[in-house]
Amino acid sequence: MKTVFVTVGTTSFDELIESVTCPETVQALKARGYERLVLQVGRGSLLPAADRCPHVRLEAYRFKGSIAEDLKQADLVISHAGAGSCLEALCAGKSLLVVVNDKLMNNHQLEMARQLHMDSHLLYCTCSTLIETLRTMDLSVLQPFLPGQPKNFANFLDRALGVQ
Amino acid sequence: MASLIEAAFAVVLIFLFFIMRLYYVVKTGSTHKPGTKGPVAVLIVAGSGGHTSEILRLMESLSAAYTPRHYVIADTDKMSEEKICTFESSKQHSDSEPQFTICRIPRSREVHQSWSSSVISTLAALRYSLPLVFTLRPDVVLCNGPGTCVPLCAAGLLLGILGLKKVLIVYVESICRVQSLSLTGKILYPISDYFFVQWSSLRDKYPKSIFLGRIV
Repeated sequence: MKTVFVTVGTTSFDELIESVTCPETVQALKARGYERLVLQVGRGSLLPAADRCPHVRLEAYRFKGSIAEDLKQADLVISHAGAGSCLEALCAGKSLLVVVNDKLMNNHQLEMARQLHMDSHLLYCTCSTLIETLRTMDLSVLQPFLPGQPKNFANFLDRALGVQ
Repeated sequence: MASLIEAAFAVVLIFLFFIMRLYYVVKTGSTHKPGTKGPVAVLIVAGSGGHTSEILRLMESLSAAYTPRHYVIADTDKMSEEKICTFESSKQHSDSEPQFTICRIPRSREVHQSWSSSVISTLAALRYSLPLVFTLRPDVVLCNGPGTCVPLCAAGLLLGILGLKKVLIVYVESICRVQSLSLTGKILYPISDYFFVQWSSLRDKYPKSIFLGRIV
């Protein structure tokens, strides 16, 4: 069953949860073949009940020890712009749509999502353009994301410090 | 009167000596190679949440030569200790003694705290950082951005200025900084021995920085 996983990390982003569960959005998701919607809503005040969207299978929770399993099962990840969430989704090799919270201006966390968007690793929209983006997006333009290479750091440091 | 002039003269001399030592210690850092003499003791400044995850990614790649490892966490941080213990127990061989310690110090700067109150709480944190660094005497301080870094690096620098021990300051700017350095990064850029950034746009702005692509 094609699954969308929505994650807001440790923050709250009610506007996203609201937008993603509204009938038009669900319709746009259905049109793309997504039939299951898993929501991680964090500290938000909205925790939608399973019967909120009649046409998809809906699950919602606040936090889990690890979202790795939900990421693994997802075909599309919709995330807030937080660096940790973006990296986790990309490193899991998932198609990622980042929804920017435009009420948080000058948040330095946005810098990275914006850059990753410019490098074609993720798609980028706001709550008001979410439905349009879901209708028109082309996931095939996304470039694979290679995880960072801590080994390069270790090798550099070994040489610099004279470690044998 | 004469003794007053002498005292003022002495203060100026000490100050000049201090500045010269500071310049010397920062300039000669790259020639210092503690790894040639055996294991390298590391003081790791874990922050909270994302900072801790990033620094543990770096620690994962370091060999057993980086021993012992002293982790410093802010006393308000509950998650980091758990993450560090999980990480270290995965690294540890069953028959050997644990090679790490965890130390707690007051958090010097909460997110969104103002500049002026940051300065005061950073000075307060020095009270804890100085004894800690002077006791542990690490070869390297490794940090990636939480405010706690600043007093600890200052303490490490002071060890060098006093000629007690050269402490290398290794700073890795967080991967979420693409266009501008964090406040901690800006403060530590001039005094760190190895300053890593993870995006080319930052390397272009800060010529002393080291860019090896994304490393976390």
